[in-house]
Amino acid sequence: MEFQFQFDWQAAIHAIPFLAKGIPYTLMISFGGLAIGFVLGILFGLLSINKSWFLRWPAIAYIEIFRGTPILVQVLFIFYGLPDLIGGPIDPLTAGIAAIALNSGAYISEVVRGGVQSIDKGQTEAGLSLGLSRTQTFWSIIWPQAFRRMIPPLGNQGIVSIKDTSLFSVIGVGELVRQGQVYIANTFTAFEVYFVVALMYLAITLTLSLLLRLLERRGVASV
Amino acid sequence: MTQIVKMKGMNKYFGKLHVLKDIDLTVEQGEVVVIIGASGSGKSTLIRCVNGLEEYESGVLEVDNQKLAPKGGNQQALSEIRKEVGMVFQQFNLFPHLTVRKNIMLAPMKVKKASQVVANATAERLLDRVGIGNQADKYPSQLSGGQQQRVAIARALAMEPRLMLFDEPTSALDPEMIGEVLDVMRELAKEGMTMMVVTHEMGFAREVADRVIYIHEGQIVEEGRPDDVFDNPQNERTQAFLSRVLAH
Repeated sequence: MEFQFQFDWQAAIHAIPFLAKGIPYTLMISFGGLAIGFVLGILFGLLSINKSWFLRWPAIAYIEIFRGTPILVQVLFIFYGLPDLIGGPIDPLTAGIAAIALNSGAYISEVVRGGVQSIDKGQTEAGLSLGLSRTQTFWSIIWPQAFRRMIPPLGNQGIVSIKDTSLFSVIGVGELVRQGQVYIANTFTAFEVYFVVALMYLAITLTLSLLLRLLERRGVASV
Repeated sequence: MTQIVKMKGMNKYFGKLHVLKDIDLTVEQGEVVVIIGASGSGKSTLIRCVNGLEEYESGVLEVDNQKLAPKGGNQQALSEIRKEVGMVFQQFNLFPHLTVRKNIMLAPMKVKKASQVVANATAERLLDRVGIGNQADKYPSQLSGGQQQRVAIARALAMEPRLMLFDEPTSALDPEMIGEVLDVMRELAKEGMTMMVVTHEMGFAREVADRVIYIHEGQIVEEGRPDDVFDNPQNERTQAFLSRVLAH
């Protein structure tokens, strides 16, 4: 008997509406998580370069813990472990958003630290010598320049986090991969379905890449 | 005469390195003091202490009647002093994300709470004064080095300082642009600005300085009127230094 495989276009097209139901969840988890992660990243990134060790030390601990453990373990811990501690269940969407937020926050902290530290110290000296306070110098001189340098690595983190949400099928949140698994269980069309799922991720990440390139170009024009 | 800067027995260390040794120095209002010396002699560190960009370890430092305590002392005095003391850096240190106009408007608006209209008028007046009134809406990177340094001077002047510090303001410039920056500084001196200038431009020092100070390994070894220091240096280290820099 000869082995023959034919890509079943019909199956792929039929799967689209069901799979597409996962897109809002994927977007919600990734962008919700990233928005919180961005705030955490600014906060802990700046704390990690603070002069006083009692602010710096906890921030570095946070960064190292969430960079040094797998995001899969983090989300399992939040979804299955934390309820034991707080005495009630956590819904999978919240757990997913929390995992992306805490994980991306750790990486974004490092992006923030690197961006701020890359600005020449002459900039700070110029600000201080003009009579600006340290806070004014930071927010009106250092941060705008640092932020521009942070855009490419932030975009990178955005794409990584979007793809990380695919792991959250393990906690049963109905994102793209989960939808795919459910669909395949009934149709046995794994090749076609995962192919479509991959294309859907690609559509999301390419859109983000494009937006970031536009943002970068606008930023570069004024430096 | 009013003393704007008073240093008495001032010492500064970088770790174990003793970079300023028992510095006694006063600067009167309206005086132009030029500080010369080999690189690494401590001359930049000396003027960076005046506005607290460097801390010192012991001695007395008073700027504009405010005591600036050793080791980073009191923040209050420091911020008062910085409002009264302008500084121009070797590397310009303009803000690359802001236009020339905004570079100059920033400090008056943030520190003196000047209105946008007032700050803008100040910026335009100062840019005219340093000869680049038509470049206000360019970004620093679009200007030549000489123009950038003139913007930096205008930026410092916008705070109406009582004292201007110049830290090797022409050392990073192409030779053909040094003149235009020195011209602005010469004008400023003529108008009565109190200035402390670290420079290697001996011609400028001789012409503009009221007093020249030679620093060697963190110590003031010679101090006097430019003609005396340049033509008749008393200390043999000054003689050696001058013969090296004036020979070519």
